Amino acid sequence: MSDNTLNNLPGGFKGMSSDFGSDQTAFKGVQWGKVMMWIFLLSDTFVFSCFLISYMKGRASTVVDWPNPSEVFALHVGGVPVPLLLIAIMTFVLITSSGTMALAVKYGYERNRKMCGWLIVATALGGLTFVGMQVFEWSKLIHEGVRPWENPFGAKQFGSFFFMITGFHGTHVSIGVIFLFIFARKVFRGDFDTGKRGFFTTMKSDYVAIEILGLYWHFVDLVWVFIFAFFYLW
Amino acid sequence: MEETQKKEQTASTHKIGIYLWIWGLLFVLSFFSYMVDWFAFQGLLRWTLILIFMFLKAGLIMAFFMHLFWERYALVNVLLWPMTAIACFIGLMVAEGKYTVFTRLLYFFTEG
Repeated sequence: MSDNTLNNLPGGFKGMSSDFGSDQTAFKGVQWGKVMMWIFLLSDTFVFSCFLISYMKGRASTVVDWPNPSEVFALHVGGVPVPLLLIAIMTFVLITSSGTMALAVKYGYERNRKMCGWLIVATALGGLTFVGMQVFEWSKLIHEGVRPWENPFGAKQFGSFFFMITGFHGTHVSIGVIFLFIFARKVFRGDFDTGKRGFFTTMKSDYVAIEILGLYWHFVDLVWVFIFAFFYLW
Repeated sequence: MEETQKKEQTASTHKIGIYLWIWGLLFVLSFFSYMVDWFAFQGLLRWTLILIFMFLKAGLIMAFFMHLFWERYALVNVLLWPMTAIACFIGLMVAEGKYTVFTRLLYFFTEG
């Protein structure tokens, strides 16, 4: 955001106090929809934090040994167990889709309609791949006898935390994929170049919508970073 | 209104190199965090490495992919300060977890 009017304002913490004290728009140079998405993501952060904190508390307070995720999530390649292989691939797929999304936002602002559209499609395909692998992982664990109330590996709480946390994250990814396809169609149709009015709103379409969609997608990736660290690696 | 929005938009694109660099770094950091498990590091070393790579990845995603590095402090601070509440909550639940496991060990195993 290097608009001329923004450059004339003070920056840093001094800028912050003057922005909030300016008796008008506090978030200068930020479209309202983007602020709303950030506020939503902040509330979502609290939801996921509560999940992960309850997982931490559950794991810390059980007197039975916690299942070793390195073994539980191992895949057998040619008869040899490779620890966390599927989870590592899922992580790389999600990061790849996050990268394509970041580029889609950039090309959107440069009004490069085709590049923006195809990169959003690529992001959606990455998300679909991720959800597909998660379905595989779930069915594998369910087949092995993991249930929300019991599992053959150790502490009973493992199953409920696993299904709740990865399930909630997978839901976020699925919803993101749906929105990515909807917005890819809008981009290809040229809604953001012509300023066509949206379905639910009388406001004109604008490429800032792609950045807002991108914020949501990067957040999904961000949550996975924490789930990967705390649930799978810890 | 539309005129100023257009100006903002052309101004707010960044060079593609930044995104590719961050993308590459995220790959490398993910690879490193996977290696923590691969080499089966244990104890304090494992937890420290996991946390370092996690925070680096989260920071890079938020700062550059989510553009927070380029946003004004008004928005950045509104988003980051509530995280201190989460940090407090974690601290409380660590203490609570210790107390729970203490009582479980005391009553499950001593009084049978």
